Amino acid sequence: MALVSDIADRIVVMYKGDIVEKGAKSFSSHGRRGRKGLRAFSVSGRVQKPGVHLAPAGISMLELIDEYCGGMLNGHSFYGYFPGGASGGMLPASLGDLPLDFDTLQEHGTFIGSAAVIVFSDQDSARKLALNAMRFFEHESCGQCTPCRVGTAKAIPLMEQKTWNKSLLEELSQTMEDASICGLGQAAPNPLRCVMKYFPQEV
Amino acid sequence: METILFELNGQNLEALVGESILQAADRAGVADIPRLCYKEGYRTDGNCRSCVVEIEGERVLAPSCCRYPQQGMKVNSISERAVHSQKMVLELLLADMPESGKSPYTPNSELDEWVEKLGISKPRFSRRVQPAFDNSHPAMSVNLDTCIQCTRCVRACREVQVNDVIGMAFRGSHAEIVFDFGDPMGDSTCVGCGECVQACPTGALMPANDVGLAVPDKKVESVCPYCGVGCLLTYHVKEGKLLRVDGREGPANHERLCVKGRYGFDYVHHPDRLTKPLIRRKDAPKTIELLQPKDWQKVFREATWEEALDFAADGFSKIRDENGPDALAAFGCAKGSNEEAYLLQKLVRTGFGTNNIDHCTRLCHASSVNALLEGIGSGAVSNPFTDVTEAEVIFVIGANPIGNHPVAATFMKNAVKAGKKLILVDPRRTALSRHATYNLQFRPDTDVALLNSLMHVIIEENLCDEKYITEHTTDFEKLKSNVADYSPEKVAPICGIPEETLREVARTFATAESAIILWGMGISQHIHGTDNSRCLIALSLMTGQIGRPGTGLHPLRGQNNVQGTSDMGLIPMFFPDYKSVTDPENKKWFEDFWKTPLNPKTGLTVVEIVDAVHSGDVRGMYVEGENPAMSDPNLNHARGALSMLDHLVVQDIFLTETAGFADVIFPASAFPEKSGTFTNSNRQVQLGRQAINPPGDARQDWWIIQEVARRLGLDWSYDGPEQIFTEIRKATPSMAGITWERLQKEHSVTYPCSKEGDPGEAIVFRKGFPTVNKKARFVPAKYTHADEMPDEEFPFVFITSRQLEHWHTGSMTRRATVLNAIEPYPVIHVNPDDLQKLGVEPGEAVTIESRRGKISTFARQDQGVQRGNLFMSFGYNEAAANLITSSVLDPFGKIPEVKFCAVRISAGGNPEMRIG
Repeated sequence: MALVSDIADRIVVMYKGDIVEKGAKSFSSHGRRGRKGLRAFSVSGRVQKPGVHLAPAGISMLELIDEYCGGMLNGHSFYGYFPGGASGGMLPASLGDLPLDFDTLQEHGTFIGSAAVIVFSDQDSARKLALNAMRFFEHESCGQCTPCRVGTAKAIPLMEQKTWNKSLLEELSQTMEDASICGLGQAAPNPLRCVMKYFPQEV
Repeated sequence: METILFELNGQNLEALVGESILQAADRAGVADIPRLCYKEGYRTDGNCRSCVVEIEGERVLAPSCCRYPQQGMKVNSISERAVHSQKMVLELLLADMPESGKSPYTPNSELDEWVEKLGISKPRFSRRVQPAFDNSHPAMSVNLDTCIQCTRCVRACREVQVNDVIGMAFRGSHAEIVFDFGDPMGDSTCVGCGECVQACPTGALMPANDVGLAVPDKKVESVCPYCGVGCLLTYHVKEGKLLRVDGREGPANHERLCVKGRYGFDYVHHPDRLTKPLIRRKDAPKTIELLQPKDWQKVFREATWEEALDFAADGFSKIRDENGPDALAAFGCAKGSNEEAYLLQKLVRTGFGTNNIDHCTRLCHASSVNALLEGIGSGAVSNPFTDVTEAEVIFVIGANPIGNHPVAATFMKNAVKAGKKLILVDPRRTALSRHATYNLQFRPDTDVALLNSLMHVIIEENLCDEKYITEHTTDFEKLKSNVADYSPEKVAPICGIPEETLREVARTFATAESAIILWGMGISQHIHGTDNSRCLIALSLMTGQIGRPGTGLHPLRGQNNVQGTSDMGLIPMFFPDYKSVTDPENKKWFEDFWKTPLNPKTGLTVVEIVDAVHSGDVRGMYVEGENPAMSDPNLNHARGALSMLDHLVVQDIFLTETAGFADVIFPASAFPEKSGTFTNSNRQVQLGRQAINPPGDARQDWWIIQEVARRLGLDWSYDGPEQIFTEIRKATPSMAGITWERLQKEHSVTYPCSKEGDPGEAIVFRKGFPTVNKKARFVPAKYTHADEMPDEEFPFVFITSRQLEHWHTGSMTRRATVLNAIEPYPVIHVNPDDLQKLGVEPGEAVTIESRRGKISTFARQDQGVQRGNLFMSFGYNEAAANLITSSVLDPFGKIPEVKFCAVRISAGGNPEMRIG
């Protein structure tokens, strides 16, 4: 978490410098789909050029891959993505044209967070990625509240099953989201819910 | 009262300010919201999330235990969404229980209760890998396989009792309760208070040996038999035996207990209990040696009650008639009830015809009471010790409350945690020291010098409360001229505390909004004990720190009923309610009341009685519950006296060291076997209720006293404690308003309570003092030395006291399994440097010797003991500390100086075996 906030702080400093140097007008001249300004996206995964890319606000995943990340890695085709880190949930390639912004992703069960985007391909498995994310949350959980401490730990064996008990996972997810103390537990079920919603064929 | 109107489950509800949604729902009885990490009286933590509710307009559910209603808030605890998560939380927790089912450790698991109420069936989740058991503690078992990480035990240990042993270690699903650094509980610094066990909702922490599984036949609400704190407790009884003890809500303990109160009760079922009256065999001469209880048949024979009572009474009558009433004396007991104490002193005064009646108060706070009566006209405390939470500054001197008043100490620790300042003054650095703002580890015996220097600074820096002094006191000028000699510059090298610290402490005390003084026997048990107390009284008066909440004077009373037994007149100079026996008016009143002529002469005190036996003046004694063969100073002298008596009657529950010297022994009743009233340090009169029957032919103490009285010609026909209490009310105006019915209903009533219906005054001296001119009096004291200063031959200072796990002479606690397991041997505390000089490793034997006696025992390294000092607890007959101590008395309080004598120490020796 320390690293993330460090990056966020640098983003603020970077924008500030730009705005002071070039003026607010220059900054607000950027943007797509009615958004204004620039945003830093930290892209990782199956792209040619991973890294932090400064791109217009309102850009879509597909545009970001093509225009800023040099396209997908050779032999990989775009399958899905985490728009906002492990807890931001995941979206399929079919929703690659949504603007990557705060208010657009909510209705799809995901969020942009600090724009730590992870791109995955046809050679990846969404369920494996979701399981990996859940293991990460289980490891990161502070252990204070039951829904997160026990919920993350109980979700893992369920997600290791060949066929998921979807209704139970959904019941568990609802409680983790509703009753956890902090955002970690509340958002921990996002990837698994997205798998059930957008990659049902895998589970 | 301001209330907040909100809606719960469609119903309008009024919450009090500061009340959570859960509390408001409970009070109104509107909804039965589950809860696990919540415990009334504890800080809410909101971690279990079983109490979540839906609040209109909010994104996520809210924990009702720590959310506070706002005006117009709409809350739902039974919506589908709320109930879904309540149930899911329970299911998740249940999944991790052994067999994913009911707690195997307690029939009262709160998790199981809620699981049943909410109809959770078999959990659909896999079970965790279970942690290992920990049965390392003699009193408690640690079964973390039922732990739900609710942190109630953590809060119990860290926030309520402030022992800081239990912590939550690791993260996420690895989060685990640990003791210290993950030590087994029995090896940790746990003091065994059991607050965590009482707090645990699932049986993860339980009393050892599965006693928690047994279902009691009955629960009896009573009082703790040990110290002057007066904790209320509940006895769980099965088939006539005590199963376990829980703390219950009481003004002095708020459900808290210590290791003695909670786990030190099975002495009552010990096979050593006396069950038949015994009479000394004609062929068994008395010697100074202690009797091995198992050899009792060599010395005693069993007798019927009739024979034993006749024999006892005949012995008394004979001495009374042949040698005069003052050839008889009695020791009562501060562990007994008010009713027993009242009857015993009445027997001695009206049946024996003497005022030679005293008890362990003489060894406890006699000097404090003397100074208090002289200075402010009342010997009891001015404020309850629970007032420490109201005080800005808490001044504790000559006391080790964590050891000897453990539950009172928890309130002090709570106060410090809440930002109050603690000034701790003691020659020993005790467990409370780490909480102290100022820790004055001064040289023993220099109390008067130190206290006078504080008063010197207060006067010099004009920090006195002039208005208070003028309005409420006399003789301030005398004090002023006396303390003028005690500048911090002069006193610092005497007491070993830096000048600037003395000044700072004086300022802190004097300028506080409210400051309370609490003291123990470190003050009282000196030949200058009365002087020590005079200084404390003066300090309080000159700063006006009395008569308000959070101020005042509180001598922490030792025994559970030492306040009450003194109130009852179980002392040689006073009738009940501190009416002097030498005052003709009082004498007349009690002669009318008891319809008997009374002896006008003040009686002898404990140590004086022992001396009078040696001189042949006292020839017969009745000892009820007291154990002078262990508790008196200079034991060779005291035991000599016991062996010289023509007639000694001992009434006790065990064949104590004293009982071995008896001519007749009456088997008496233990605390849980009797009903009666007991008055704690806070002046709270509390009702102890009988939970079990005395074993064998053992009888109620009041009955035994009455039978002796009848045989001495007294026309007594009390039918039990209630009737005796009714008479006490007439003899004790300050308790006249307390009725037995009210005690049954309220469990605890504070005196003064002179009229029925009075609430009882917790804080006294709000408007002056109970003296002739309504004013308090300053009594200056000069610094003097202890009677026996160290010299070349005896270079060490020997300090005696008590310890957490054992009570006084050990007759009860050394027969309590758990307490004996925790502290089985006598130890002498030695500074590590001194130990090194002696070439002794911790745990090896040392021998100490004074001009009066010699003992060998094991050395315990203790950095809290100053170099040149030695410290020891006095409850071990195989190494009785009082063989060493001196019986020189404070001239006013007649208290012996058991806190200070000169000894020498050497490496090695042969520790003796315990007797009994």
